[in-house]
Amino acid sequence: MLQDFKKSILVSIWFVFLTFPLMVVRVNTMDQVVIWRWMNLVWVAIGSFILSYLWRYMLSRKQARTKVAEEGGDTRTKLQLLLEDMNFRYKAMGVILVLILIFPLVFDTYQSTIMISALIYVVLGLGLNISVGLAGLLDLGYVAFFGVGAYTYALLNHHFDLGFWITLPIGGVLGCLLGVVLGFPILRLRGDYLAIVTLGFGMIFKVVMENWDALSFGPSGIANIDRPSFFGMDLSLANSTIYIYYIMIAMVIFTILITNRLKNSRIGRAWIALREDEIACVAMGIDMAKTKLSAYALGAFWAGMVGVLFASKTTFINPASFTFMESAIILSIVVLGGMGSILGVILGAFILILLPEYMRAFSEYRMLAFGAAMVLMMIFRPQGIISNLRQTYEYKGTKEKTDNG
Amino acid sequence: MEYFLELFLGGTTRGSIYALIALGYTMVYGIIQLINFAHGEIYMIGAFVALIVAGVCTIYGLSGVSILILAGVIAVIYASAYGYTLEKIAYRPLRGAPRLSPLISAIGMSIFLQNYVLLAQTSDFLPFPRLIPEFAFMEPVAHIIGSPELVILVTTFITMILLTLLIKKTKVGKAMRATQQDMSMARLVGVNVDRIISLTFVIGSALAAIGGVLVASYIGQVNFYIGFLAGVKAFTAAVLGGIGSIPGAVLGGLVLGWAESFAAGYISSDYEDVFTFGLLVLILILRPSGILGKARKQKV
Repeated sequence: MLQDFKKSILVSIWFVFLTFPLMVVRVNTMDQVVIWRWMNLVWVAIGSFILSYLWRYMLSRKQARTKVAEEGGDTRTKLQLLLEDMNFRYKAMGVILVLILIFPLVFDTYQSTIMISALIYVVLGLGLNISVGLAGLLDLGYVAFFGVGAYTYALLNHHFDLGFWITLPIGGVLGCLLGVVLGFPILRLRGDYLAIVTLGFGMIFKVVMENWDALSFGPSGIANIDRPSFFGMDLSLANSTIYIYYIMIAMVIFTILITNRLKNSRIGRAWIALREDEIACVAMGIDMAKTKLSAYALGAFWAGMVGVLFASKTTFINPASFTFMESAIILSIVVLGGMGSILGVILGAFILILLPEYMRAFSEYRMLAFGAAMVLMMIFRPQGIISNLRQTYEYKGTKEKTDNG
Repeated sequence: MEYFLELFLGGTTRGSIYALIALGYTMVYGIIQLINFAHGEIYMIGAFVALIVAGVCTIYGLSGVSILILAGVIAVIYASAYGYTLEKIAYRPLRGAPRLSPLISAIGMSIFLQNYVLLAQTSDFLPFPRLIPEFAFMEPVAHIIGSPELVILVTTFITMILLTLLIKKTKVGKAMRATQQDMSMARLVGVNVDRIISLTFVIGSALAAIGGVLVASYIGQVNFYIGFLAGVKAFTAAVLGGIGSIPGAVLGGLVLGWAESFAAGYISSDYEDVFTFGLLVLILILRPSGILGKARKQKV
């Protein structure tokens, strides 16, 4: 007890020392004054003291959990058991579906717009989930594919007046193609190299879009992009928002269906095997390049499609929408929700997008919290909020039969 | 010819800074096979601390080289402390976890530190005082190479020599090399592996901070975002030279500096970053082990 206290005091002093220059001192070189913010120091001291206790408690809990798992005990939580119950699942799905369908009719345009952006992130999260969650390929330039989709629609609409519905598949396919072209040379690389190359690619995309004025109109972007038309009719802003909302819902359901089927298919299993152990997987006769490439390209496909929708929703795009921060947000959605888990990713997207939206006061702390959450999740709960349950097969036959046989 | 020389020296200056940061990547990667994404942020924190110290000192009436040295020393101490804490919080609990976990943790830490500095200080570019004096004897060649460049080159050179001596000649260096070769074997012969890993982070962070102070006083401004790009470029340098190899990091840094400088000078400066990443992708395709790295076969 006393030892814990001493440790926490030491931690607290260490953090006070660590944060002193950045948190306390602020130099204003224009007016030649130094602002000393001593109160910050007190907060840091108290905060780190409490957090160090919490840290130790969480670590001991984690150790206890792994111990139970090692002894073959049941580590499934109540929530997971509930989710496995098919009866409950169907009921819950029905309720959620109804809620989602009546949402834009009950709430105003502003709420629907926020919902649309959350849904966009759901699809992006599910797309990235294919490459990061299932195949274990850390992609830090995912936003580039999203940008490709958005620019595809914006440019085709601007130059050739092409509509939303024609461009939607084009955007997806272009994203997919780019994924293949880019992925082909780099997929032989090990995971961490892949991360940095994709990061570089994401940055290249932004730099090129900013500087290639002839193609992309540079940093000023492209404005006046058409909203999706409803059988040739032009809708008012409010109606069009509702329309886009329903398109988005359809897209989310489509994405969920496809990824769910993919997950349990032959190729999905190959992805998971590849993630778990590359060498063993290749030794089992799985074509590594093809498997990785398909994961990468399929992930890019969703991003491209959603990009088209994003451009049609905002009616204006410029390179500033496609920064590394966006990739980081999408990644934290996947990480926080649970890598590989579809339900987890959906929940993660809603939490990460809606929470800062409704808590405006804290919105500047958003990225700080995301970063911290990524670290903490990896340490204490690497499987995410809702962990991905492997499909297991149980022998359901009666005991006597096995005895007789 | 003079233009060429100017670009060459500019590239060397730039490259030596990349090399300083790349050393941190390469040393950490050599020991625990982790890309320390937050390394660029350590470099940024070093520059920021130096800026704050220099600002306070200027206002309270110190001047000249004494500020440079004081700011540099405090920046190095703080960056090392941050590096040490970073390893302890974000990486140590994840030792033995799947490879993706520490990598994501590192990215999270990088985002966290960036926003921490953003919130604690400001998002604006802050002017960094010109701490490096203009030497009189540099007058005749000042149009090709200025005093700041000279100081950067000399400091980098001395730092590299000290680092090489530390690794090749001292007991600690020996322990580091042993840990790099085989961690469990090193533990068996009595090396305190945890302490060596911490020390690696501390040394790498100190080097990054030196780079940060030099760059900040050379370019003249600091912002919370500078670490990110510098980090990615330094990583490119480390891969270029062969990750895990210390002379490789230096060579990679220089090659990258030259490539950038010539590409910006002869082709176009808008696409400077594109050249860097293009180079990175090219190397990874053609020779993933880098210029000086050895291709390692993976054994099961």
